[in-house]
Amino acid sequence: MSEAQGPRIGEDEWVARSGENIERHRLLRLADRVPGWARLLLFVAAVAAIPLITDDGYINVVVFDTLIFCLLAIGLNVVVGWGGLLDLGYIAFFGVGAYTYAILSSEQFGLHVSSFAVLAISVVVGALLGLLVGLPSWRLSGDYLAIVTLFVYQIFISLATNGNDLFGFDLTGGVNGIANLDPFDLFGRELVVAKQGIFNSNYVYLALGIFVVVFVALYLVNHSRIGRAWRALREDELAAELMGMPTDWLKLLAFAFGAAVAALTGSLFASLKVGVFPETFSLTLLITVYAMLILGGVGSQTGAVLGAVVVYVFLEALRDPDVSGWVFYVTILLALLLVVRPRWMVAGVLAATVAFGFVVHAIAGAIDETWTTSAGPDADSVTRFLDAWVVIPATPGDARAIAYIGLIALVLFCTTVKGVWRWLALVPTLYLAAFVWENIMSADPDVTRFVLLGALLVSVMVIRPSGILGERRVEIV
Amino acid sequence: MDYDKLFQTIVNAATLGSTYALIALGYTIVYGILKLLNFAHGDVFMVGAYVGFGILTLFGGALDPSISIWLVLILMTIAAMVACAVLGVVIERFAYRPLRSAPRIAPLISALGVSFFLSYSVQLLFGAQQRTYDSFNWDGGKLFEPAITIGSFTISWLRVITIVASIVLMLALWYLVSRTRTGKAMRATSIDLDAAAMMGIDIDKVIRFAFVLAGALAGAAGVLFALRTYLVPSMGFTPGLFAFTAAVIGGIGSIPGAMLGGILLGTVEALTVTYVTEWIGIPVGLSNLVIFSLLIVFLLIRPQGILGRPDIKKV
Repeated sequence: MSEAQGPRIGEDEWVARSGENIERHRLLRLADRVPGWARLLLFVAAVAAIPLITDDGYINVVVFDTLIFCLLAIGLNVVVGWGGLLDLGYIAFFGVGAYTYAILSSEQFGLHVSSFAVLAISVVVGALLGLLVGLPSWRLSGDYLAIVTLFVYQIFISLATNGNDLFGFDLTGGVNGIANLDPFDLFGRELVVAKQGIFNSNYVYLALGIFVVVFVALYLVNHSRIGRAWRALREDELAAELMGMPTDWLKLLAFAFGAAVAALTGSLFASLKVGVFPETFSLTLLITVYAMLILGGVGSQTGAVLGAVVVYVFLEALRDPDVSGWVFYVTILLALLLVVRPRWMVAGVLAATVAFGFVVHAIAGAIDETWTTSAGPDADSVTRFLDAWVVIPATPGDARAIAYIGLIALVLFCTTVKGVWRWLALVPTLYLAAFVWENIMSADPDVTRFVLLGALLVSVMVIRPSGILGERRVEIV
Repeated sequence: MDYDKLFQTIVNAATLGSTYALIALGYTIVYGILKLLNFAHGDVFMVGAYVGFGILTLFGGALDPSISIWLVLILMTIAAMVACAVLGVVIERFAYRPLRSAPRIAPLISALGVSFFLSYSVQLLFGAQQRTYDSFNWDGGKLFEPAITIGSFTISWLRVITIVASIVLMLALWYLVSRTRTGKAMRATSIDLDAAAMMGIDIDKVIRFAFVLAGALAGAAGVLFALRTYLVPSMGFTPGLFAFTAAVIGGIGSIPGAMLGGILLGTVEALTVTYVTEWIGIPVGLSNLVIFSLLIVFLLIRPQGILGRPDIKKV
């Protein structure tokens, strides 16, 4: 921050100063002091090191997918964060990019275009489509624009799913999609996906390279006239127009930039996958990308990347049955540390919960033996503790739905009461959370992770709408 | 011209349209007051259908109900309406109220989160598999027997029930909004929230009431819709989207507009599925493409909808 030098050109003095008054956390202030290029360098070094450390295929694919999501999030940040336009059709552009790669590099039409040419074509196609989809923004704004972009998404899905019979012409392969895509060819050298059973880590470097190029390009755009104009547009469209900014073109440009990044990412994504199917481009994917951007902080590129990494790693970890339990309990513990004041009360609440659990377990065991299970002697200590603590009925039946709804009610209740009552309410809430996890959630991780993502989205919005690193809006009345 | 097919299409349109109108009313009531696009409304509708399923199971299921199946249907509808009204109020209290003064995008994203949470929660508890009310077997298939016969053309009981129930609910809503004190407060709030607050209207109460009405209508619509089709956790999305569009087409914030928009959208969908795709020569699966393209064009030409007033921006 440039405290002594006064506001930079193009910034209102009062607006610039208001940032100083905001109390930021010690760690965030420390992070602020690290310059942007150093942060990027750190990120690149960390990602580049992973394929060197491990040649585990799964981990490398996760790294690749994380980079894909980072790209998607910084692309969405252009439209939503900088342009202030709610684009719910974003995933359609990602899909268009993927289909572009699939059509140009497979046996679908017998085309095998060079991969870098395909990436260029995707960018152009994406940008043009972005311009087209951005056109309604001239007449519509806010919710109306959101709904029109959602229609565009529906049109895309409809076309992709039924595109195998367009006037007797097979474009997209319909529900079955397009399979057997060519691997990415790097100047004549094909990056075969599995090389002797080991994942080809060059994909990670390829994605990383593209990520850096896009990240830097967008950073430069944001610090140019266009970027400043976008922010003006976001804050107050009418005022921006009065200042002589071509608001209509700025909106189109934001859409085009976002769409181009999404399409490029789509092509890259398709190059690693065996095929492209309409199902991939689901609404779930859209909301996941939104959650990443929101958590990281709308308007901040670093935030978008951070959000993408945190959310994607969180989602992947929840899928792994060995790790998911840890992730769940540690997340709850972190949430407690953030919420409960004074902090030492966390220990009190936890101790009370453990005691409460043993009492409930003893009562439940005394009433009916089938309500509890006991792990065998060869189970590890954590499992033995959980089985002696959490009530796990052999046949939960209706108890599942009741416990689940009860947990939601208790969590919501905890947010409304204060002081001692909150601590008291936390004890059964935590126990019920453990019950719900052990009996319902851990059995179905693929669904659970999205339930948690939805809950996360709402709580981030309510607690901290600006996300971790978001730009705080200054309300001038 | 095949008149039977045409009549059938019109009846389909009316059935579809009346369900859309019920959901659309929920969007329009909330939007009118809070200026909030409640993305979670479609999932409230889905929860309504599942509550109906729960009541049906409670009374022994479709094949062997412990009381008359028609009584069960009434109980299902009432339970769904109550449950969804409560759900609506809870969502408002915890996901939207803290964001009332936040930028417009914040409650929208919160609504997306609620929508996500609801549909995946239902999937977690009840699984992703399709369920049905088994309405084909109710009372020996009575629902699908013709209620009205005109020449060779018939309307089944199911369609009569759906249309009549929707009309009754809409009349009740019209009465509430235009003839009661609370309704007057709602109308005042939708015109100017701040001014209404200054006149001594309890805004929180009005908003809560709006969510009660919206939820109750969505719950009833959920049961009526599931009678004709089946239940899956994602069933709320498409009808929700269509209904929201219906509300926009009719003029968002306008209650007669939502009803009109619902019927109109039902007609467009039914006509497109039956006729238009055939004329253009594309598969029926692509009917959505035609419908959504038409909707985009409509919104561009007349964003304020049929009965809405254009938004005049004052600085």
